[in-house]
Amino acid sequence: MRIEYTDVLVVGGGLAGLRTAVGAARRGLRVEVLSLVPAKRSHSVAAQGGMQASLGNAFKGMGDNEDVHFGDTVRGSDWGCDQLVARMFAHMAPKAVRELAAWGVPWNRVQRGAHEVVINGERVTLTERDEAHGLITARDFGGTRKWRTCYTADGTGHTMLYALGDRTVAEGVPVRDRSEAMALIHDDGRCQGAVVRDLESGELYAILAAATVIATGGFGRIWGISTNALINEGMGAAIALETGVARLANMEAVQFHPTAIVPAGILVTEGCRGDGGLLRDADGHRFMPDYEPEKAELASRDVVSRRMAEHMRRGKGVKSAVGEHLWLDITVLGAAHIDRKLREVKDICRHFLGIDPAREWIPVRPTQHYSMGGIRTDHRGESRSLRGLFAVGEAACWDLHGFNRLGGNSLAETVVAGMLVGEYVADFVESQAGALEFSPGLAREFVGRERAALESIAARPAPAPGGDSAASLRREMEATMTEHVGLFRNESGLRSAVARLADLQARARRIGIASRHLDANPELVAAYRLPRMLALALCAAQGALERRESRGAHAREDYPARNDRDWLRRTLAWWPTGGATPVLEYEPITVENMELPPGFRGYGTRNIVEHPATALREAEVEAIRARLEGEGRARLQAALLDFRGCLPERYRGDNDRLADIEEGAQR
Amino acid sequence: MSRRLKISVFRHNPRDPQSVPRLVDYELDEQPGMTLFIALNAIRDTQAPDLNFDFVCRAGVCGACAMVVDGRPGLACRTLTNTLPDAFSLYPLPVFRLVADLSVDTGRWMRELAERLQTWVHLEAEPELDRLEARMEPALAEGVYELDRCIECGCCIAACATAQMREGFVGAVGLNKIARFRLDPADTRADADFYELIGSDEGIFGCMSLLACNDLCPKELPLQTQLAWLRRKMAGQGIRWLRRR
Repeated sequence: MRIEYTDVLVVGGGLAGLRTAVGAARRGLRVEVLSLVPAKRSHSVAAQGGMQASLGNAFKGMGDNEDVHFGDTVRGSDWGCDQLVARMFAHMAPKAVRELAAWGVPWNRVQRGAHEVVINGERVTLTERDEAHGLITARDFGGTRKWRTCYTADGTGHTMLYALGDRTVAEGVPVRDRSEAMALIHDDGRCQGAVVRDLESGELYAILAAATVIATGGFGRIWGISTNALINEGMGAAIALETGVARLANMEAVQFHPTAIVPAGILVTEGCRGDGGLLRDADGHRFMPDYEPEKAELASRDVVSRRMAEHMRRGKGVKSAVGEHLWLDITVLGAAHIDRKLREVKDICRHFLGIDPAREWIPVRPTQHYSMGGIRTDHRGESRSLRGLFAVGEAACWDLHGFNRLGGNSLAETVVAGMLVGEYVADFVESQAGALEFSPGLAREFVGRERAALESIAARPAPAPGGDSAASLRREMEATMTEHVGLFRNESGLRSAVARLADLQARARRIGIASRHLDANPELVAAYRLPRMLALALCAAQGALERRESRGAHAREDYPARNDRDWLRRTLAWWPTGGATPVLEYEPITVENMELPPGFRGYGTRNIVEHPATALREAEVEAIRARLEGEGRARLQAALLDFRGCLPERYRGDNDRLADIEEGAQR
Repeated sequence: MSRRLKISVFRHNPRDPQSVPRLVDYELDEQPGMTLFIALNAIRDTQAPDLNFDFVCRAGVCGACAMVVDGRPGLACRTLTNTLPDAFSLYPLPVFRLVADLSVDTGRWMRELAERLQTWVHLEAEPELDRLEARMEPALAEGVYELDRCIECGCCIAACATAQMREGFVGAVGLNKIARFRLDPADTRADADFYELIGSDEGIFGCMSLLACNDLCPKELPLQTQLAWLRRKMAGQGIRWLRRR
């Protein structure tokens, strides 16, 4: 049996995994990357609209800075995020954009002079400053107070992943594609690497590593219809859960994106609305201003998706052969804009709907899109309960997004978290804490266990006609999640979902396969992944059942208030070895050290049960503001929440902006 | 009335000594809006559970699902069955190593290409991340993006006569990448450097200008123009060297 050794094992070849790998490799460590598919085919590639970073170059971005980005992110999260992490993130995002610019991302640039844009349904002329010409520009996205989303047309994830993929080659970091991590090797609270399956030959072997990083993205494919790629089955989170040691957090916090096309569920970017696109109902009426007078189509995604569903419940949806939907109207933007800035959207409309979006409206409805929850980590990306296990990007609950992620913050998170976690992982491996005596015996034991599991699947009777198969049980899981763990949730639906999923899981552990070979075999893959997907589904459903409040994307019809008093806390799920259901615990989110105490988001419904500490913390924050008035935003910020000491030294510097440089020159 | 489709699918498992490369016919009823993604998954669900094929994004952006559809390389996920006859065939892409059935190993091929052609920005110095980014003309940035849109699907290689005959030919995917980095002002390499990479029969001089790559590129990259321009520039570079000798 093959056992390999390395310093850092990264599971997942998307943006987060690759940036972490590059960072660790640049520190002189040996790094191995596993990926289900060639790295450049990872789901990061499908991100369209852009990444947020407060550069403040564009006219409508002037006055932007880390403080504004931080505030938008916290409000977007419905105060569910970790504010330390949000601070570190807002500080890092401009550095990440600039690094990627140097590595070849051809960000769209500011063009000096007047140009026409569509804002709130009207054509408006903006004049870009001469001095900003040629710097990176930005577009508008939901839930933000400035135009902050940097982009390359609507292929931003593509250009970022290709730049980073190429950088991975430049740094000589090997990527093993068609490789799946089947189990984490661990002992006594210490992760030691993973059991790997070669998806082509079927070979099982072990890679022992001082640090293991999970970067496998989200788990959207447990829903029937999702914008996610087919590989987003959450296997990284699932194998972490199977350790019985690592915790997953906030698995019930799931984002539904307002605009996926019907029926294919393929995303069209929020940039459509950011650039001025409108949502219309069966009567052609633009309905969002009726619900959200201030932000209209550009409230946060959870709010827009719920308003759309509400509107359809009122009978204003468009009835079609493939289900009810609403319209996204980007005809107002004109063909020239669509050809330059929304060409992937145009391609998708052409190939999957047979329409030209410059002339026809796009049928859309809210669709599962993003997993805010994931493997719980500290601000360094390390699991709090399984040492040597790190997680980064969508696979992690770091926790930047709380209960709702802002558009443009996920692409930004992948590279920002990758830059940081690459350093923290290297620090860990170089430190005493990271020292590890590899145990080949342990590796053999774990590989043996996985081999036995696969052989037992192959030994079971083949599915009977009309009987349970991985495909049939999977359809039932998807239907259950779509019906009961969707945009709106309630006690009875969630109860039946939990019961149904538990039953499916028991049956999934008994399914066999017709094709008994153990090499490249999609039937075998489906059979061993299904129970793992069901475990994640149970964590999400049970977490949603227990969380008796509404926060961000988690909307309980029977508990409509955001209840800070009882629910300002993170759900932690873990799975005792041999157990039948996950165990839930809770981790408090402390108001006492918040830079931005809980309040109204400025959009959505105002319905909050206050936390007793909120008023106190508000008063404290006010007092600090009064005391430090006129001493500059940096000093004030440091007094409210000191984050710089948590950053790797190389990333602690202030970010230059045009405005600051000009101000300096005037002085 | 929906059509009954007959899809002849190439099947072979190269690791199984018993396996013989063959075509297997699968029949199914066409549904409205059916793509090959939907059709192949339906076949796998009900008729051939271990049929290998590769879909990832199923939205035409990741490049995983390229195959030879009714004789032409293309992206299966966005191919509507109503554009195809009642009976048609599906083959894996040629040139690339076969994994099984319709699945081929483009990953290793593209990685080796990247290593050989050094397809990354060659920087003068490490970027200073706290400082304002280097400026770039907006039109130039859009021009670089135009060439950066390649999704490494392999259609251009599968469609290329030279690639079938000459192992090691970098193809339109490789040449377009050189054109992309040549255009990028951040890349410090000059034509003399690029000549070292593609000034040969494995590079630009192997291209016979049949241009199926241009016709079949799913992203409609301007390959014809780029290849012609690159040939001219590289020929000029070669002549300069000859004169200097």
